[in-house]
Amino acid sequence: MSRISCKDYRSGSLEEKGSLRIVKETLFRLLLVAAAITSVFIVMGIFVSLLLGSWKSINEFGLNFIWSSTWNPAAKTFGALPFVIGTVSTSFLALLISIPFSFASAIYLSLYLKNGWFSGLLKFSVELLAGIPSIIYGFWGLFVLVPIVRSFEIKLGFIPYGVGILTASVILAVMIIPFASSMAAEVIKLVPQDLKEAGFAMGATRFEVIKNIVIPYAQGGIFSGILLAFGRAFGETMAVTMVIGNSNAIPKNIFSPSNSMASVIANEFTEARGDLYLSSLIEIGLLLFAISFIVNAIGNRIMKKMDVKK
Amino acid sequence: MNKVLKGVFILALLLIYTTGFAKSISFVGAGSTFAYPLYSKMFNVYHNKTGIKVNYQAVGSGAGQRQIIARAIDFGASDAFMSDAQMSKAPAKLLHIPIALGAVVMTYNLNIKGKLRLTPAIITGIYLGKIKKWNDKQIKSVNPHLNLPAENIVVVHRSDGSGTTFIFTDYLSKVSKQWRKKVGRDTSVGWPVGIGGKGNAGVAGLVKQIPGAIGYVELIYASSNNMPMAYLQNSYGNFIYPSLDSVTAAANTKIPDDTRVSLTDTPAPTGYPIAGMTWLLVYQQQHYLGRSKAKAEAFAKLIWWMTHDAQRYTKPLEYSPLPKNVVKLAENILKSMTYDGKAIIR
Repeated sequence: MSRISCKDYRSGSLEEKGSLRIVKETLFRLLLVAAAITSVFIVMGIFVSLLLGSWKSINEFGLNFIWSSTWNPAAKTFGALPFVIGTVSTSFLALLISIPFSFASAIYLSLYLKNGWFSGLLKFSVELLAGIPSIIYGFWGLFVLVPIVRSFEIKLGFIPYGVGILTASVILAVMIIPFASSMAAEVIKLVPQDLKEAGFAMGATRFEVIKNIVIPYAQGGIFSGILLAFGRAFGETMAVTMVIGNSNAIPKNIFSPSNSMASVIANEFTEARGDLYLSSLIEIGLLLFAISFIVNAIGNRIMKKMDVKK
Repeated sequence: MNKVLKGVFILALLLIYTTGFAKSISFVGAGSTFAYPLYSKMFNVYHNKTGIKVNYQAVGSGAGQRQIIARAIDFGASDAFMSDAQMSKAPAKLLHIPIALGAVVMTYNLNIKGKLRLTPAIITGIYLGKIKKWNDKQIKSVNPHLNLPAENIVVVHRSDGSGTTFIFTDYLSKVSKQWRKKVGRDTSVGWPVGIGGKGNAGVAGLVKQIPGAIGYVELIYASSNNMPMAYLQNSYGNFIYPSLDSVTAAANTKIPDDTRVSLTDTPAPTGYPIAGMTWLLVYQQQHYLGRSKAKAEAFAKLIWWMTHDAQRYTKPLEYSPLPKNVVKLAENILKSMTYDGKAIIR
C-alpha cells in the first residue's frame, strides 16, 4: 500500500517553484491540443488525398459513377453501383442477423448472470470473437459455411454457388456481435440500481423492468454500439472478399454472388493499369468514406434525440 | 544505464553492417507475382555466386510498371507487355526483356473418366454465359468419349487484377469478336457471368468445391496441385495438352524484335494456345539518377545470366524456358542497352 501524500499546493512549502508548475501545466495542455488536432488533421488529410486521387474519375464520370452498374476496366468504364449495393446489403443484413444475438447476450450477462464462472466464460467467448483475425473468419466461412449454404441452395433450386450475399452477411454478423454486445452490456450496467429496484418494488417482473426501465434508459448507448458494429461490417474486407463471390453484377437475390466496395479495392488495386482505373478505385474509397460519414452523422442525430427523451 | 549502452552498441553494429552493404552493388526490382518463385530462386543463386544482392518484391505487374515509370526501382517485372501509350509515360525508353514463359489452363470439377477437350468457341461460349449446361451439344460434339452430365456450368474467374487474367482475356479477345467487343482484355475485366476467387488458390478452391465449375489458373498451380486440365484446340486445329514443352513450342513463331507480343492463339502447330511471356522492364539508357558505370555493367550482366545460364532453373519450378529464337532476341535487346551512348554489352 502506498501512502497518498497530500501536498499543500497553496503554501510556499513546495519544492517546485510556482512558475515551473505553470510551465508544466501549459506544456501538458499543449500536448493534449496537439494530439487532438493531429487526429483531426489526419482525417481531413485522408479525405483530401482521396478527393485529389479520385479527381480524374469524378471529372470523367460525375454522378454517373454512383448510378452506373458497368465496371469494365478493359473498356475504361467504371460504375460503382454493384459494389455500393453489395456493401450496404451485406452490412444491413449482417446487422439484422446479429442484433438479436448481441442484444440477448448483453442483457443476459448484465442482468441475469452477473457473476460466476459461466458468466466469465460467456463474456470471454463473446469478446474473443472480436479478437479473431478476419482471415480466419474468411477461411471458416469458405470451408464450413459455404458448403452449408450450398446444400440449402441445391434444395431450394438456386445455382449452388455457396458464396454470395447471404454467406457474407452471416460471417459479418458473427464478427460484429461483440461490438454491439459489449457496448450494450456496459451501458445496461450503468442503469441506476434504484430505478430497477423501484420497478421491482412496484411488482414488475424482470422482463417488465427490462422493457420499461432498462432499455429506455440505455437505448442511446445500445444504439451507438449497433452503429459501431455497422461501421465494422461496412469496412470489413478480407473475410467478405473470400465468401461474397466477387461478381460485379447487381445481385438478384440474397443467394447471388456480389462484391463489396472494400473488397474490390483490395482485389484490383495492385494490378490496376492506367490512371483512370486507379482514380476510379480511389473514388470507391472516397465513396466508402462518405457513406460511413453519413451513417455516423445520422447515428449521432438519432442518439441525441434519444438522450433528450431520457 | 547498461541497457542504453547495449542499445548504442547494437545501433553502431547495425550502422556498420548496413553501410558495409551499401558499398557493394545491389538491385531492387518489383512486379509480377507469377514469376516470383522463379526470380527468388535466380536471385538467390546469383547472390551466392557473385555477392550481388537483388531485392525483388512481388507487388503485381501493374505496380511493377508504375514503379519503373517512376524510376523508384532498377527493374520492373510484368506478365503483360506495356502498350505504346503506357511506355510514353516513362521519362526514357523502356526495354522489355523476356525471361520465361507461362501458361493458363482450364481446370474443372466434373465426375468424368478421361480428359475434357475444349475449343475456343466453347470457352468463349461458357464465359459469355451462352453455354450453360455441361451436356451442351457443342461440348458433346468434341467429347464423344465422355459421359457429360446435365449439370449447370458454374464459371469461376479471378477476382483480383492479375497477369493471368490478362493472358486469358487476351486469348478470348483473339478467338472471339464478340468477346473483344463486349468485354475486352485487361488485368481485370467486367465478367458477363460467374464468381471470382482471389488468386490462383481462390479460383482453384472454388472449382474444387462447386460441382460443375470451370476456372482458369496458371499451369504451375494446376500441375503442382494435381488438378484436372483440359485439352485445348489451337489455331492449327490440334488438341494440345498443357505442358512445359507445348508452352515453349507456342513461342516458336515469328516474334517482333522488341518481343512485345502476346503468344496466345499461337499459329505453331504443337503450341499450347493460352501461353504468355513474362518480362523484365528496364531503361535502355542506364545512366540516370547518378547510376555508376559499374552498376550498369553489373546490371546488364545479371540479366544476361537470367536469359542464358539461369534458364535451367525454369523447368524444375514448372516454368517453360525461352526457346532459342527468343533468347536470340533477348541478346539483341540487351546489346542495345547503353551507358552515355555506348553499348554496355558488346
